[in-house]
Amino acid sequence: MLKYIARRLIFMIIVVLCVTIMTFSIIYMVPGDPAEMIAMARYGIDNLIQDNIERIRHAEGLDAPIYVQYVKWLNHVLHGDFGCSLVTGAPVLSEILTRFPATVKLAIAGMMVSLLISIPIGIISAVKQNSLIDNLSMVGTLIGVSMPNFWLGLLLIMFFSLYPGIFPVCGYGGIRYIILPAVTLGTGMAAITTRLIRSSMIEVLKEDYITTARAKGLKEKSIIVKHALKNAFIPVITVIGLQLGHLLGGTVIIETIFAWPGVGKLLVDSIFARDFSLIQGCVLFMAVVFVLVNLVVDISYMYLDPRIRYEKGAE
Amino acid sequence: MFELALKLRPHIKNLRQLKKNKTAMVGLIIILFLVFVALFAPFVAPHDPYKQNLEKTLLLPCKEYPMGTDELGRCILSRIIFGTRISLQIGIIVTGLTACIGVLLGMMAGYYGGILDEIIMRIVDILLAFPGLVLALAIAGLLGPGLFNVMFALTIVGWTGYARVVRGSVLSVKEKEFVEAARAIGAGDMHILLCHILPNVVTPIIVMVTLGMGNVILAAASLSFLGLGAQPPTPEWGTMLNNGRAFMRMAPYLTTFPGMAIMITVLAFNLLGDGLRDIFL
Repeated sequence: MLKYIARRLIFMIIVVLCVTIMTFSIIYMVPGDPAEMIAMARYGIDNLIQDNIERIRHAEGLDAPIYVQYVKWLNHVLHGDFGCSLVTGAPVLSEILTRFPATVKLAIAGMMVSLLISIPIGIISAVKQNSLIDNLSMVGTLIGVSMPNFWLGLLLIMFFSLYPGIFPVCGYGGIRYIILPAVTLGTGMAAITTRLIRSSMIEVLKEDYITTARAKGLKEKSIIVKHALKNAFIPVITVIGLQLGHLLGGTVIIETIFAWPGVGKLLVDSIFARDFSLIQGCVLFMAVVFVLVNLVVDISYMYLDPRIRYEKGAE
Repeated sequence: MFELALKLRPHIKNLRQLKKNKTAMVGLIIILFLVFVALFAPFVAPHDPYKQNLEKTLLLPCKEYPMGTDELGRCILSRIIFGTRISLQIGIIVTGLTACIGVLLGMMAGYYGGILDEIIMRIVDILLAFPGLVLALAIAGLLGPGLFNVMFALTIVGWTGYARVVRGSVLSVKEKEFVEAARAIGAGDMHILLCHILPNVVTPIIVMVTLGMGNVILAAASLSFLGLGAQPPTPEWGTMLNNGRAFMRMAPYLTTFPGMAIMITVLAFNLLGDGLRDIFL
């Protein structure tokens, strides 16, 4: 077990290193001269003087060979220094960290909405397979998967904020502000989770120990809650964990629609401001969070399901 | 080529099963309808999608303009009809490219193994380390707004799923006796890959491509909605939705109809993909 975790950790470090190379080189995908871009971002397009460009090229070390620049940058990143925003001059990491709590809040709220919808519906449609409820919920999940979440967000704003004015259109604040974005986020995810819970439950209900429990004369309710649910949830928890990773990585579109000041909104804003160091910082931060969450999910999966042992893979 | 067709025959038999699958048929019919609309857009659309009529701005849906007009007096229905072309084009191009790249790299990784496998799969791991749309967003954003850049970004990000699945299937197929036999009679790697292995891994690819079409169309619309994809006045659905946001209070139909178009299109591909999965896998 420890061996497996150690192997995963080493593997994760390699992936994260490669991710840093990728994030670093993103800037060089931009057509044109990075120094010129930075000058443009900092001084505006009207004050684009060759002097400024050369000064930036020298000050940012852009005249060094790329690998030297990368090693220098990586060294800073490893010391927690993601550089400074090209536009505002504020340190990138602190900018991201001040935005992160908002993203976490939204992610948790969205997850709660998703589970509130998917757990009861998933269980009912599994127990009453092929009933009317089951068919309706399956059509519902397909629609939920296909619905663009930005459209759903706009519809919710239309129905709950613009006309009756129950919830604020957008912004950040108390519980009233989080409801619409959380519902938007949650319904999309619920579609996936519901299907998963249903199929997992159906699978488990076919097992021998359920038949045994029935033969013992246990009540159907206690069979479902005590015997089936526990086992059906193991694969579900993995997917929920992965979804959480995606959410923490930034719910870019929903944060943008609702002007929610999270990391996703920060990324979009920095893209439009062409603030390269902030873009790099956000992308790297999201990737690292995502990889970390995945690692935690993998390890917890092992604890949850004693049937799974990774030792074989470790040798 | 003939050999390949012969190998695919059992799959064609499967297609007959598709007729019995109601949801898949609904999806297929919607897709055929969309393709028809896209091909004959100039004949189907009641108006020119670019033509402005400043005397008739923000009209409610009426007989002449079944979905109303936007802030510049352009017919929304016509714009949505022409938008079908753009969305299907993006879907076909990106899905086609990602599937080709993914299948090719996946087959090479699975078949040759060794260092090639390591390199390809590590690249996959790196690309999968970025959550959701983040990498595509960053790439498209840095390259600058535009449909071409969106397609490029989605292609770079999107091939990994195909590569993973194909590699897995190839690993299990390549140990089979018929591959062994082909090698024994002196068939080359290329021949074995194309004529013996590919037909045996093609079913999951078909399902993935169908579901992938929906996902690509949704992702492209999302990026356009953020302002990174098609630029106005192009009648792209995501761009139209973004434009309509400013008029949500006065003219909610500006956002309602393009959103519905995206949803129906994606839903159609999901319905068909689900049906195909039930039949094939």
